[in-house]
Amino acid sequence: MKIRSSVFASFILIFEVIGIALFLRGFFPVPVRSSLSSKNKLSDLPAEPLTGRSPNSSRLPQPLFKRVVIMLVDAMREDFVFGPNGRMYMPYTRHVVERGSSQSFVAKARPPTVTMPRIKALTTGSIPGFIDVVMNLNSPALLEDNLIWQAKTAGKRMVFYGDDTWVRLFPKHFMEYDGTTSFFVSDYTEVDNNVTRHLDSTLKRDDWDILILHYLGLDHIGHISGPHSSLIQPKLLEMDDILKKIHSALISKEAEGSLPYLLVLCGDHGMSETGSHGGSSEPEVNTPLVLISPAFKRKVGMEKPGVVEQVDLTSTLALGLGLPISQNNVGRVIPSVLEETSLRDQLRFLHLNGHQLSCLLKDSMPDYEKEIGFEQFRVAEKAHGSWMKLYLEGNTSEVLSNMGKKVLKQYLEALAAMSSALSKQLGKYDMYSMITGMVFVFQLLLVLLLAMPEALSGAAAVDLPVLSALLSLPFYLLCLLLASVHVLVCTSAESSCYFCSLSWGLVFAAVAFSSAMFCILVSIATRRIPVGPKFRGTLPAPAQPLFIIKAPLGSSGGGGDWSLSELDVLLLAGTVGHTLSLAASSFVEEEHQTWYFLLNTLCLIVFQDVCRKYFREQSASEDEEEHILPSKDYHPSTYPKAEICSEKWLALATPLFTLVCCRLLRSLNQTGVQWAHLPDIGHWLNSSEHKMVLSLLSAFCLVLIYLLVQRRCSWVSKVALALGLLGVYSYRAAVGNVLFPWQHSSRTMSKGTVEARFVYVFVLGILFTGTKDLLRSQIITADAKLKSRGLWEIYSGLVLLVSLLFRAHNLPVLCCCLLIQNLMAQFIWKKLHYDAAQTTIMHYWFGQAFFYFQGNSNNIATVDISVGFVGLESYVEAPAIFLTALSTYAGPLLWACHLVCFLSSHRSPVAVGHGCYCLALLRSVPAAAYIVLVTVLRYHLFIWSVFSPKLLYESMHLLLTAGVCLFFNIMEQSHGSSKS
Amino acid sequence: MWDHEIRAMASSHAIIAASMLMATVIPAVALPGFSVYGTHLLWLYLVSGAVTAVSVAVFWLLGITPPTKKHTLGYKLSRFFRSCVYFFLSCLFFHTVVVLYGAPLIVSALETFSLAVLLTSLTTLRCLCVLGPNVQAWIRVFSRHGAMSVWDTCLQITVACTLVGAWVGAFPIPLDWDRPWQVWPVSCSLGALFGYLSGLVAAPAWIHYHRKQLIYKCK
Repeated sequence: MKIRSSVFASFILIFEVIGIALFLRGFFPVPVRSSLSSKNKLSDLPAEPLTGRSPNSSRLPQPLFKRVVIMLVDAMREDFVFGPNGRMYMPYTRHVVERGSSQSFVAKARPPTVTMPRIKALTTGSIPGFIDVVMNLNSPALLEDNLIWQAKTAGKRMVFYGDDTWVRLFPKHFMEYDGTTSFFVSDYTEVDNNVTRHLDSTLKRDDWDILILHYLGLDHIGHISGPHSSLIQPKLLEMDDILKKIHSALISKEAEGSLPYLLVLCGDHGMSETGSHGGSSEPEVNTPLVLISPAFKRKVGMEKPGVVEQVDLTSTLALGLGLPISQNNVGRVIPSVLEETSLRDQLRFLHLNGHQLSCLLKDSMPDYEKEIGFEQFRVAEKAHGSWMKLYLEGNTSEVLSNMGKKVLKQYLEALAAMSSALSKQLGKYDMYSMITGMVFVFQLLLVLLLAMPEALSGAAAVDLPVLSALLSLPFYLLCLLLASVHVLVCTSAESSCYFCSLSWGLVFAAVAFSSAMFCILVSIATRRIPVGPKFRGTLPAPAQPLFIIKAPLGSSGGGGDWSLSELDVLLLAGTVGHTLSLAASSFVEEEHQTWYFLLNTLCLIVFQDVCRKYFREQSASEDEEEHILPSKDYHPSTYPKAEICSEKWLALATPLFTLVCCRLLRSLNQTGVQWAHLPDIGHWLNSSEHKMVLSLLSAFCLVLIYLLVQRRCSWVSKVALALGLLGVYSYRAAVGNVLFPWQHSSRTMSKGTVEARFVYVFVLGILFTGTKDLLRSQIITADAKLKSRGLWEIYSGLVLLVSLLFRAHNLPVLCCCLLIQNLMAQFIWKKLHYDAAQTTIMHYWFGQAFFYFQGNSNNIATVDISVGFVGLESYVEAPAIFLTALSTYAGPLLWACHLVCFLSSHRSPVAVGHGCYCLALLRSVPAAAYIVLVTVLRYHLFIWSVFSPKLLYESMHLLLTAGVCLFFNIMEQSHGSSKS
Repeated sequence: MWDHEIRAMASSHAIIAASMLMATVIPAVALPGFSVYGTHLLWLYLVSGAVTAVSVAVFWLLGITPPTKKHTLGYKLSRFFRSCVYFFLSCLFFHTVVVLYGAPLIVSALETFSLAVLLTSLTTLRCLCVLGPNVQAWIRVFSRHGAMSVWDTCLQITVACTLVGAWVGAFPIPLDWDRPWQVWPVSCSLGALFGYLSGLVAAPAWIHYHRKQLIYKCK
């Protein structure tokens, strides 16, 4: 079966996307979730176990605390309080820890150590899985069962001051609140003063039960200057003073007879040695947890704080306040907090916690009965029942208390076992699904690679032996073999597996597809071997594609020998080198450096090619002339035609101009990890003093964008584009990023919905005109000019949309992108006769570099989710996801679109097919290599903080590339029809 | 005749390599507190100085520099000044390229410039020694099939090796190992030096093994 390269490439990409989706499903652990969507209620609580009599006593023990103040200091490291410097940093806290009635612990936070998941962990008691974090990136309210909801339902009055993440997570839960945004990282005093200013009046009042304070300043200082900076100590002293103030206020309010207060000092996550967080290193994970209450015994000296999990605080607080423990909690109550209560109450608390954990265990594990913890809990519950019987009979002997202590110990062991079983559930990989996905992707990649000589040939068509593969005997044998392997794996697997839970029809389709691919692979491979018999013996199989790729790539060399030009060497080495570099976590974190480096080298080599072209030709004609270095201003008078001369100098200047642009864009947004803290132009522009500069810059950029884009559009689109760009500026002015000249004071900010919708109308209009032109060129007139105009119109519609979505300081990125595309297309790609494959690789590299120029990185945190709200009154899922994806991948998409436009106006009719094929190959190689790397490194320390986000970025990029390839396909289709 | 030239080339390369070694070893013995990482810039200047002095001397003694048309003192002086200007311009050129590659513009300008000086003394200086301050000749040598003598080929190889060495030397900078040799510009200058050394070895060897295939068209 003969199919065109572009169809072939899109087909392969789409199936690769399916394969990767299967891999992702296996790789990301499913969060432990109770199957019930309801929340725990007080009335549902289990009765106190009691053998013999009817279980009628379902009362909760009396709450331990009346009022609770939670003081959460963002990025508080454990050694800031307990370390050797703690006495200097936080003298009062240290005094209370050592001498006061307090309990102190080191609470271990689970990665990802980012504020939002940590808040969720603290309130729900569950450990949000990585995928959970991504899925809920912009979900405003927390719908899971949580402590705050429970407290509200129980009628507790809550007050909150601090990070507005809480306000978004728990809307309408707080009686009184004031959220501060953590948007301006450079501000570390205002954010905290905004919290503290409410403190005096609130502490005087009596109308609240729970007060939550979330201080952000320390985290900001960490981001700016790290944990050893001189700013840390004053900030910690400030926190210490606040703690002292709260503590003394609580002491003065304490009334005889009523329940005691509880003051909690904790951190959501720590801070690494460089001041950042998100990973799983010791200083990031260890946070202090200090509980201060007169209910505790007075300490006599510094003890080494015990180690607990961060989620343990949730169940402890819930029990301490007399609330039901939230459903998905995996933490266990901290036993030393309960020490001062009666034995009966202690047992009852542990029983409640154990009951909740066992319910969760039942829900999340199919074979929960085999779990040791579950069994232990059953035993402990029974023993508890018999202890209760004795107790109620009035027995007060030594036996009773000894027995009670034994039950207590049993409970604690059961809790520990169940909690760890649940946590372990989160770290399990579904290897079978992962391997299946990987096998799919690799089969497809190999077919793609083996088809290279045909796909890049003059005909640009691939001959896939589908029919012969389907009719061959090995195909049926393989089907049988794979089906039996599947049955074997699924029946013997001890843990749940996604691929096994699929329906039989789907599994059989997958098996048939996989074996057909295998047969096709073998038959293509056997067809390939006679082509290059001299390589067969000497080379291992993976090296062969390199030999094949060189034939179409080497523009100057012949087919047989290694005469690649420098450009080809760089393009090949860069692609392979980048793929290999993904194995190192630092190179993943700093991937932008790789691309910038490669792009610079590419520009220099292109510059060398240009020099060669113009100077060799010249020196061949005139040998005597003495010349000066090409980079200097110099006008040769020997050339008769001024036009050719100016073209030459423009061509020479283009790569240099590109280099300068790239250098400027690089310092616009610092991304990555190691150098992310360095000051960049983007921050400078965004600060409020430089609003004027930003306004001028964005106006200039918008004008330039208009000038660059309008040339190839029809006049209707030109008008629409101009109005649309005006709309973009007024949207930015409405949002408050830029100023109009007549508007000097900063107005009240609006959401700019009207302005954004105004722009959307024009975007749709331009896209509509473009599509209409394309359709007309295909169906009615077969006019190549009309078609290219239609393509450019679609492209300019995209540019307009992106200019709306980009932040104001990022408009230069878009501007430079268009400028470079124009110059390169005019003076380099056309003039130097690069073929479709080389042009595609260069476009891909530029696209990658622009992805990072925009300020993206391989970290989920840099995704700008505010884009999802542009022009929308409230959060609507589908458009928000679409807009966010579009603005995040604007760089690669714009370059890919430019590639379509450029190649379809290319002189060679098969250029589009070649380009599509190369794009598919360029995207599949790193994606396939990366899933293998991730599988190998799945127990790496940074797997959740570095490698997993990158995996998501890779898969998303693959999905988008599949879309772009489909677009290519349509283009080529029309090309074929217009030709015939 | 070729064997003679190759032998001369090998011995001159050996002398240059030895001078680089001496520039590292002698200060390490003589100066207290001298180390390649610790006092990197000093070491860089010593090595560049040594390479400059020795190459100028060696190539002057060997007499490879193309014969000048005039032998007046004024012409020689002007050639010398032009060479100096070219040397300085080349430093600026390398500095610009390194900044374009992402070196900080202001913060560590001295380090960047030292690297540029090193690269200049390893590449441009050799061009000046072999070809003289004649840009047309440089363009000829560095274009495809442009070599016209053994020395031209040797120049191509050493310059390419040095630049590739410096290029490869930038790879370990993003790694988070916190080693002293990852500090800017240590890895790049070490890469350039190792590239240069391997070029010094590779050039005579390559020419020796390809002497049958090498045919130079005469001017």
